[in-house]
Amino acid sequence: MNTQLLLIQVFNGLVNGAFYALLSLGLAVIFGMLRIVNFMHGALYMLGAFAAFALGQAFGLGFWPALILAPLIVGALGMVLERTLLSRLYGLEPSYNLLLTFGLTLLTQDLVKQVMLSQFAVSSAPYTTPDILTGVVNLGFVVFPKYRLFVIALTLVICLVTWFVIEKTRVGAIIRASTENPSVTRAFGIDVSKWVTGVFGVGVGLAGLAGVLAAPIYSVEPYMGAELIITTFAVVVIGGLGSIMGSIVTGFAVGVLAAVGAAIYPPIANTLVFILMAFVLLVRPSGLFGLPEGTR
Amino acid sequence: MTAIPRTAARNDRERTIRAGWMIGLGILLLILPRLIYPVLALDILAWGLFAVAFDLLFGFSGLLSFGHAAFWGGSAYVTAYLLSNGQSVPVAMLGGTLSALVLAVPIAYLSVRSAGIYFSMITLAFAQMVYFVALQWTDVTGGENGLQGFDRPSLFGLDFSDSVTRYYFCLAVFALGFYIAYRTVRSPFGQAQQAVRDNEQRAQSIGYNPVRFKFTAFLISAGLAGLAGSMYTFGHGVVSLDVTKWTTSGEVVMMTLLGGTTTLFGPAVGAGLVLLLRDQLTTSSLPVGIVTGLVFVVTVLFFRSGVVGTVQGWLRRR
Repeated sequence: MNTQLLLIQVFNGLVNGAFYALLSLGLAVIFGMLRIVNFMHGALYMLGAFAAFALGQAFGLGFWPALILAPLIVGALGMVLERTLLSRLYGLEPSYNLLLTFGLTLLTQDLVKQVMLSQFAVSSAPYTTPDILTGVVNLGFVVFPKYRLFVIALTLVICLVTWFVIEKTRVGAIIRASTENPSVTRAFGIDVSKWVTGVFGVGVGLAGLAGVLAAPIYSVEPYMGAELIITTFAVVVIGGLGSIMGSIVTGFAVGVLAAVGAAIYPPIANTLVFILMAFVLLVRPSGLFGLPEGTR
Repeated sequence: MTAIPRTAARNDRERTIRAGWMIGLGILLLILPRLIYPVLALDILAWGLFAVAFDLLFGFSGLLSFGHAAFWGGSAYVTAYLLSNGQSVPVAMLGGTLSALVLAVPIAYLSVRSAGIYFSMITLAFAQMVYFVALQWTDVTGGENGLQGFDRPSLFGLDFSDSVTRYYFCLAVFALGFYIAYRTVRSPFGQAQQAVRDNEQRAQSIGYNPVRFKFTAFLISAGLAGLAGSMYTFGHGVVSLDVTKWTTSGEVVMMTLLGGTTTLFGPAVGAGLVLLLRDQLTTSSLPVGIVTGLVFVVTVLFFRSGVVGTVQGWLRRR
């Protein structure tokens, strides 16, 4: 295979990896704080894209305002759901919250489908790339769409900022303390449940942001998050839910590996991530960056 | 768990309640094709066994598999493939069931060492892999089109082109599958399996290997799910990509919860309720996902012991 094609695949892999990273980062942040896995993450990613589309249709808002507003809307919705529904199940097995969010996923997908059909008379809609990001960039050795480069860059920035906030700031210290030992943190006068809500909001807000970023690439469609979230789960298993940096690195790495693998042997395109997962489970069951069972 | 002294009277009562359920449901299953159209009744049998099989792992081992569509769907495809290649019905169904078992070996091996939510994510991911294989291996699975138009050759004078005949044949298979599930739960293996579920450390300290129990429970569950999948193919006469889809894995969870987990036959009741509801919805304008999603959410939030669990609790207290 020639180098040109390989490089293009690496870039495409980074784009896919950007979405894996944003989603698994959100999942990791939520898991750290709430000890639950949010199945709805894919549906909230879709809602981010749908919000961008709906804001454009209803108020004529373009990509840039949507990039700010849609994640805020999704984050706010997430906080409402956390307070009203998820928090009812905290005393129980974490599996129940996985099931609850699964049910919410079915509900959300078909609600959005209904709204798209009844309000906008479409079942899926393209979303236009903002003007300054259309066209391609010639990097000398390879030509690549500007918008996709923007997605990779912005995602990297967001991921690093999130990592920095959690690992290096006072806010992050509170979050980490609440993760480590909620009762002691409470004893220091910190209202952990408020922080839980906030962290959930930020986590799903990241999913909403990923959705807006995905809209110009994949177009807006009610089921766009369903398969992505399952692949992201595999990415999460590969990386382990242990660390923030781990989920970022794994997200990008798996994206690139899968894309390059797909170029070498096309039939494997969809299944490579799962094969990787099986391999990692075999050699390191707690994931590349995960802590072994029992130490969590 | 607190130990409740089981008096003879209490045991008698339990037995009466159980016998009552079994006789009631048995009669209902015998007359079912007269109450609803036979293909729907066949669906209830297949999904019912599927949910019972799923609960062997979820209820009795405490492992929430989000990937049981892999075994149900894998078997459904193999059964259809064997039937379209001229095999007889028992051979095709046995082949389907065995294929589910074979598929379960590596998946169980890689997943049972992880607990809780990790287990759910791993099984979901593997099932998705099976889905993609079914999607792409078009020579065998028909890809997006699925498989249809295969023969169901008569057996011992039973004409399988008649859906009522198919129903009673499947009822026998269902009874066999249910009996296997019942024996598993009641056996010393089943008791140890539940001990591992309730307190893994304690079970380990008295000499049980938790991983081995989970692995075996996984295989039994997957095998029965496979048997159910082959029933589904046989009953329906078509296989589509939906059988391996993630929504199928989720649907069986919903049926189980709604019916009542760890009640053995509760999941089958749940399957019946969900299918009847879905049948009603196809003729209404309400989208299926909104209603099933809502039922799912309400069940998880407020109704976790399910229909059978709730009724049984009520009967016991009376």
